[in-house]
Formats: sequence, structure tokens, C-alpha cells
Amino acid sequence: MDSEKEERISIKIKVLFFARARDLTGMTDMSLEVSPGTTALGCLDKVITKFPGLEEIRNCMVLALNEEYTPESTVVKDRDELALIPPISGG
Amino acid sequence: MAGEEEEERNLIEILEENIPIDITKYINYVQSPHCGAISTFAGTTRDTFEGKTVLELRYEAYVPMAIRCIKSICTSARSSWNLSSIAVAHRLGPVPVGEISVFIATSSVHREDSLDACKFMIDEVKASVPIWKKEVYSNGEVWKENSEFLERKDELVVPSHGRKCCGKKVMVIE
Repeated sequence: MDSEKEERISIKIKVLFFARARDLTGMTDMSLEVSPGTTALGCLDKVITKFPGLEEIRNCMVLALNEEYTPESTVVKDRDELALIPPISGG
Repeated sequence: MAGEEEEERNLIEILEENIPIDITKYINYVQSPHCGAISTFAGTTRDTFEGKTVLELRYEAYVPMAIRCIKSICTSARSSWNLSSIAVAHRLGPVPVGEISVFIATSSVHREDSLDACKFMIDEVKASVPIWKKEVYSNGEVWKENSEFLERKDELVVPSHGRKCCGKKVMVIE
């Protein structure tokens, strides 16, 4: 990170909700502002603060960043697309 | 929507609501004069679950990621078996009882490859492709959870983990 006032600049990501996650939040997606350096987990924590109902599926879901499964430790970038993936049930 | 054709002859389709799966189309797609085998799997909606009457299943998907995941599964299958063509179709929206929700067709010179790959394909689809179904009963509804996913979810998110769905595309051979 640059030594300038980068911390003051927030980045904006899009968060997607599917299936049970959508039912719990009542929306398909939302825009989320976080500070640079925030991890996927940090974003998730912020989303759960906004929608505490998501706690219900927290331990059984995984995250995807830009259409790929991602570890929670990945740092997000501006305009990233973070998806909450509740247990899948295709087939 | 989202038809996908590659030089490796993979056809991947996530079908919008109310479009039944035309299995003939996919069987024809994988058919080839040099192949001695076509194997298919059709997943159909059951009318009961643990004694409850199921009215219909409703599917939804994270479509672009689902297509990427299925592509990745095709690549994995081709690395393990000698396959000619692969077709995968999955319906979205309501699927009435008895109808096909997912269809897979594989073709190969000899039957072992297409048969084994077909089973691998459906197992992987159930474990890693972001598609969801809600079971609708006469007195309620519930989001289903594939045991294959719950068993494997921790490895799905391991970065650059070999052939896992949607892992980093380090395995792509030009």
C-alpha cells in the first residue's frame, strides 16, 4: 500500500446472495464499501453485521471471489464480486 | 442460454426457466463415427422425500460460475479418461416431478471411458457446481444440501488445488 492516504480510500465490491442466503437477506446482491486490505472474511463479517440472520449458514457456506471458490484470507480488490455460496444442491 | 462450445467438444448449457432438457440434442452432440460408446446420466425429480410429498423442485444457479465449474470438471474428466465429447445440461426454475433436471452425455472409443467419466461428471457436479434446489412440499419448502458438497467444501477453497472446480487455471493445456 502506498504511504499516502490510501487508508482513507475505500474500495467497493459487489456481494451476491443465492438460495438460503438470499432468503435470509431478502436481496440478490448489495454493494459493500470496505477499506483496502480487507479480506473476504472481513467482508463477510461486515455483511453478517448487516444481516445477522446469515449466522445460521455461516459454518456451512463457502465464498467465491470473481466466480472462483476462494479462501477467506484472500484480500479483495475494488470492483470484486464476492458470492456467498450456501450448501449447493444441484443435480 | 449460455451455450458453450470449445475445440475439445464440450457442450455446457444452463437452461432458463421452463425449458425442458432435450436429451436427443445432447446425445446427438456427443455422437461420432469413431466412438463405440455413448454414456448418459439423467437426474430426475422424485415425488417423495422422507415420506413427504414433493410437488416440484425449484433450481437456481450462479450461472457464470456454474459454467466455469462445469468446464473445469470437463477438463478433469479428460485428464483421466479418453473422451471424445461431453455434454452437460442443467435446468433452472421449477422442474415438475418426474422431469429431468440434469443430463450428462459422454462419448468415447471404448465404453469404460465414457461410463466412468459420466459417473465422475455427475458426482463432481453435485459436489462443486453452484446450483441450488428448493424442494416444495404441500406444506412447506426447504433448500436442499448435497452431502458431496458438505464433505468437500473445505478443499474447494484451497487455492490452486489440483483439479478442484474453478481452481486457478494452471492446468489448462494450450
